[in-house]
Amino acid sequence: MTEAIDAEGLIKRFGQVAALDGLDLKVRTGEVHGFLGPNGAGKTTTIRILLGLMRHDGGRASLLGGDPWAQATELHKRLAYVPGDVTLWPSLTGGEVIDLLGRLRGGLDPARKKELLDRFELDPRKKGRTYSKGNRQKVALVAALASDVELLILDEPTSGLDPLMEEVFREVILQEKRRGDRTVLLSSHILAEVEALCDRLTIIREGRTVETGSLADLRHLTRTSIQAELSGPPDGLATMPGIHDFRTDNGKVRFDVDTDALEPALQTLVKVGVRSLVSQPPSLEELFLRQYQRSDEK
Amino acid sequence: MTGTAKLIRLILRRDRIVLPLWILLFGLLGVGTYASFEGLFPTDAERIQFASVSTDNAGLVALYGLLQGDSLAVLTSWRVGFVPMVIGLAALLTVIRHTRADEEAGRTELLGATVVGRHAQLAAALIVTATASVLIGLLTFVSMAGKTGNTGGSLAFGAELTVSGLMFAAVAAITAQLTSSARSARSIAVVVLGVAYALRVGGDISAIGDGGLTWLSWVSPLGWVTHIFPYGPVNWWPVVMSVLAAAIATNVAVELRKVRDLGDGLVASRLGPANAPAGLGHPLGLAWRLHRGLLLGWTAGFALLGLIFGGVGGSVLDIAESNQGLTDIFDRLAGGNGAGQLLDSYFAGIAGTVGLIAACYGVQATLRLRDEETAGHAEAVLTTSVSRFAWAASHLLFALLGPALALFAEGLVSGLVATDGNFGRILGGTMLQLPAVWVLAGLTVLLFGLLPRLSLVAWAAPVICVLVLLVGQTLQASQWLLDISPFTHVPHLTGGTVSATPVITLLVVAAALAAAGLFGLRRRNLPD
Ligand SMILES: Nc1ncnc2c1ncn2[C@@H]1O[C@H](COP(=O)(O)OP(=O)(O)O)[C@@H](O)[C@H]1O
Ligand SMILES: [Mg+2]
Repeated sequence: MTEAIDAEGLIKRFGQVAALDGLDLKVRTGEVHGFLGPNGAGKTTTIRILLGLMRHDGGRASLLGGDPWAQATELHKRLAYVPGDVTLWPSLTGGEVIDLLGRLRGGLDPARKKELLDRFELDPRKKGRTYSKGNRQKVALVAALASDVELLILDEPTSGLDPLMEEVFREVILQEKRRGDRTVLLSSHILAEVEALCDRLTIIREGRTVETGSLADLRHLTRTSIQAELSGPPDGLATMPGIHDFRTDNGKVRFDVDTDALEPALQTLVKVGVRSLVSQPPSLEELFLRQYQRSDEK
Repeated sequence: MTGTAKLIRLILRRDRIVLPLWILLFGLLGVGTYASFEGLFPTDAERIQFASVSTDNAGLVALYGLLQGDSLAVLTSWRVGFVPMVIGLAALLTVIRHTRADEEAGRTELLGATVVGRHAQLAAALIVTATASVLIGLLTFVSMAGKTGNTGGSLAFGAELTVSGLMFAAVAAITAQLTSSARSARSIAVVVLGVAYALRVGGDISAIGDGGLTWLSWVSPLGWVTHIFPYGPVNWWPVVMSVLAAAIATNVAVELRKVRDLGDGLVASRLGPANAPAGLGHPLGLAWRLHRGLLLGWTAGFALLGLIFGGVGGSVLDIAESNQGLTDIFDRLAGGNGAGQLLDSYFAGIAGTVGLIAACYGVQATLRLRDEETAGHAEAVLTTSVSRFAWAASHLLFALLGPALALFAEGLVSGLVATDGNFGRILGGTMLQLPAVWVLAGLTVLLFGLLPRLSLVAWAAPVICVLVLLVGQTLQASQWLLDISPFTHVPHLTGGTVSATPVITLLVVAAALAAAGLFGLRRRNLPD
């Protein structure tokens, strides 16, 4: 088994609206896979199809080698899911919910539960109705992470966590990654999180996959921002292929450059003479924005 | 108060089915009862005799309050005397649903981020509930004034129902501030309602006896409203007192809201266990946790009903000795078959009423499935190794056996209290309602499985059955109309000949409805 999740050309309609319109998603076993898209892009819908909660209208989906709809109950023993909007039974305590979900999945590691409760600073004795959104999310995260499963499906898991807890979450996921025996699908629109955690990612928009690959694969699509102070006039630089938004002011230049045009651009700068240089690596933010600009232009 | 209008629109949208339903039902109950009494008492003599016997009957006074007069209108408003309590219940449930329940679910927090004032939520819930109460009163006033020609009396009658809603809306406004749990807020308000009822019963029973404890009725809001006597010796003071009490209670609620934070209650919530007990590890264990409060509450309530109905049954026996005409009336009240056995038809009628109440429990417990779905809890359970069928079955077990236990409690207690040696037939007649109760639960499963967004329409079923029962009492309704209600088909064990066919038919219908619903559930989106 090399692919934990394999979906191709998924289509899902809600009445007239197509929530998914030919979506592809492949997650390799053992990797942490980022699933990025703006609100309403179809992340939750995709996940619900993969979990057998909803049926797709077209395309093909397989989960852990099985049919997510027909074999839902057997497959669910091997995975844990944290929904985007966690709600708890008002009269059950957090600890009870963690144990309950763990047992329903087929087992929970009590030592791991205790460790996670400590790390997330969560009091398991409170009733479900008294937890804040962030704490409800923690309850679901502890229940999922303490379960003995091969696949974790996390739908925007940090949306209610404060920055400190977000950091704890990252550490815990990195720890999972080092263990190496778990696959994680992490849906998110927090780009820094995906950048820090994921091996590969899939970017979707309006129900369609716009880009997929490793972070390194996708960087070729982005531009690096350069600011430099030169000792001479920047002859010919403005018209070089791969250079964008060129501005010059009093011996200083600013421009964006495509990754594959970076080397010739730097050579030209060096020829002119460089006094100072600031370069900014492409953030996922820019990558994100560019994907959407590009597909708008199409 | 900013945003109140917006919130009112939101409440009206969320309650667009239930709200009109209860306004219509309670608003037209008076005129419906009047019409059915017209059919019941063809001659003045019969009516006057019925009134004179009822005036001193402890059981009937306990149920409906004191009877002061013998006109058709007086009898009608007296018979509707239990409705203030039901309106109070509807009002308090509505207020809590749109205040504390929303707050507990985090929906208020969401609204808080938009432009909504701190008191807007409470204001919106109270305005909607008060308006509904006024509409009930207005509907009662207009329909009864038209029917009786007595404008003043009808105005008092309408006011009686309106202020009942106002007072318990205000009670709920207070209890919603006390705890952080909607369930506790609801329970406290229902206990207040129950105590008010008990005090009224105590005071009224004393009034037909030695009169020593009459004051009890005057410390109970339900006592006030049943002492208005719309078509008899009208007393407007209770109306004034009720409106004042509602206003004061509303102010208290507003003050309490000021001193607490969003999400908190004034009474701190206790901590619970850090680990789940051994039983909480399978769908059935979870269903038990979610249904046990409902089960205990309904069963206790049914046992109480058994006590009242069984007690009234004893006094019915006294009436029986006095007059054959009255026996016929009771027989018709029970939708009876003319067997002429007063006590039999009385208990047959009670069994039908109790069956309808049990059906409400069945519908409510079945709708827990939908509640679990919309709250997002179903998603958490169904992405574990629990199948949709196992999940639904664990809840349906309580939805089907819960009403059975409740009916058993009522039949048992009333059979024991009635002391006429008919124990087995009273209990059996009560239990025979179960197949009809299950038909309504099955219908709810069908809606939940096939048309989940219309699940709440299931509440229309018991309402229609109540209307059929009311219409049926006049003996003028055509048979096909009566046949709509599964309760029409339940054989009367007390005083009737029992055939197994209708029971089996009802069971098959219930099973078919539930099976179709479960089939739909397996194929649909969840959540939908
Ligand atoms: N049950 C539903 N009924 C109708 N439309 C839906 C439903 N669920 C999702 N949608 C629509 O499908 C689209 C994708 O939603 P979703 O999968 O929740 O996006 P994301 O999780 O990426 O924010 C949205 O336009 C949303 O409005
Ligand atoms: Mg989502």
